[in-house]
Amino acid sequence: MAARPSALRRSGRVLLYVVMILAAAGIMLPFAWMVISSLKMNNQVFTAPVQWIPDPVQWRNYLDIWVKADMVTWVRNTLVLSVAVTVLQVLTGSFAAYGFAKMRFPGREPLFLLYIGTIAVPWQSYMIPQFQMLSSWGLNNTLWAIMLLQAFGAFGVFLMKQYYESIPDSLSEAARLDGLSEYGIWWRIIMPLSVPALASLTIITFVSTWNDYLGPLIYLRDRELWTIQIGLQSFIGEYNAEHALIMTGSVLSVLPIALIFLLGQRYFVEGVATTGVKG
Amino acid sequence: MTTPVVGEERTLGFAQPDTRPPLRTPRTSLKVRNALVGWTFILPNFLGFAVLTLAPVLTLFYISLTSWNIFGAAQWVGLDNFTRLVGDKSFHTALGNTFYYAALHIPITIAASLGLALLLNQKLRGAAFFRTVAFFPYITSIVAVAVVWNMLFSPEYGPINQFLGLFIDGGMPGWTVSKDWAMPAVIIVGTWKDMGYYMLLFLAGLQTVPGELHEAARIDGAGAWQRFWNVTLPCLRPTMFFVTVMVTIQSFKVFDLILVMTDGGPGQATLVLSQYIYQKGFEQFEFGYASAVAVVLFFICITVTVVQFLYNKRKEA
Repeated sequence: MAARPSALRRSGRVLLYVVMILAAAGIMLPFAWMVISSLKMNNQVFTAPVQWIPDPVQWRNYLDIWVKADMVTWVRNTLVLSVAVTVLQVLTGSFAAYGFAKMRFPGREPLFLLYIGTIAVPWQSYMIPQFQMLSSWGLNNTLWAIMLLQAFGAFGVFLMKQYYESIPDSLSEAARLDGLSEYGIWWRIIMPLSVPALASLTIITFVSTWNDYLGPLIYLRDRELWTIQIGLQSFIGEYNAEHALIMTGSVLSVLPIALIFLLGQRYFVEGVATTGVKG
Repeated sequence: MTTPVVGEERTLGFAQPDTRPPLRTPRTSLKVRNALVGWTFILPNFLGFAVLTLAPVLTLFYISLTSWNIFGAAQWVGLDNFTRLVGDKSFHTALGNTFYYAALHIPITIAASLGLALLLNQKLRGAAFFRTVAFFPYITSIVAVAVVWNMLFSPEYGPINQFLGLFIDGGMPGWTVSKDWAMPAVIIVGTWKDMGYYMLLFLAGLQTVPGELHEAARIDGAGAWQRFWNVTLPCLRPTMFFVTVMVTIQSFKVFDLILVMTDGGPGQATLVLSQYIYQKGFEQFEFGYASAVAVVLFFICITVTVVQFLYNKRKEA
């Protein structure tokens, strides 16, 4: 064994490549199946053996879906929600994070502990009282409910606080000596410096609002208010034999997220790593 | 709310509030102003957080002690809901299934994500691409993912059973339509979806393992496995702790995946606590009773977190 370490090492690396390629193929298989099936005729989706290349390629599915499903409404509602929630979350989250990271005042520590404590509390455990409350305000069956639900999460505060703490205090102290107010320091010094973290928070919030299923399921009853997730789920129930079309709808619901992810992948990864390094 | 007060004594005092003697303003009023400014930063988010998260969590306990349905106001019934839970067969099933899911999902997800992170840490070509691939399932929507997997799992013509058919003859798993196989199917999809996220956390943790330690262990003749066990794992402890807590909470609250994949079925084979809360509350409108189930879920998550936290503290000491 000790005689030829380089040969052993090389075959070890080859093995690692094989493992990596197999794992990647396995992980991507459902998406490949989704795209392939969306381009098939309906009766070709389930065949034995599996037909990996659609023949003929059915681009029609991508036209038909807009007629059979109310995609325009769903996408519009989902966009409205995602944008509104993201703006609110980024603004209030980074504002609060400044208070937690850069200022010292009584009550700060216990307050932050409250935020941390709720990590361990699943939303499922308090969704009923929350529903009661929002319903009593007449917000059931409105998009407002979803906005309120998603916009004030603790996640944004954590992420931004974590990042602000990496910005040296000497910067804000110098600004203070120059007569800038705390609000000015936040807006003119800290915000421009935290663009990468803001990008992470923006992307992560947008995607999770886009993907949210449970909130809309509980609150949005009217068809005109449905988001893409609720719409797709009901479409699946309604056309449960139209496998190819269902896959077309699935591809369309994932596509915007895939694009955002590919473009902003760096921020995604950094955002996850920042919140994970130290709870 | 409060307008910022401009003035040189304020800004000067702010620079080093604890060490510098007060200039012209008395120290206490400075502190008050400082606190007010701090609070205005936190307030917009905290108001939303307090009203939409803290208040519901607190009222949860009150509602769980009432009988409240869609027709009337809440009526105090003391611990009745909880005594009813003791004899509720569906609740027992949901509780058992939740622990079944957690008992498999937690270790498998941790092992898979750590394995992927170690693989990526080998600095292979194409590692960045692989990271993208492994993380992608985590950010895709549960509805699309569930419907695809249900097709893949389809017992007769699904690709998974066709693939298994190459190796075994007959007696194929029925996956989501079989009472015995529905839960394993859900666990497979849950792990596939979540492992990319924890992989990123492990990967970040692995960057903190000092290279010299590995080098020293190698010189001392430690094999790859020994180095992993005696160098990498101990250095990863903080990450491991965080990941374990997060996976555990995530497993006990599992809901949307099951709702769209199996809807708790077949029968009650995949009914979990979160879904039972949903059924009792939003389908049968028994808000009081559903809240009692929610209290159980709440305490499971809190207890598990506190126990892990204490365990971690003891190891640290």
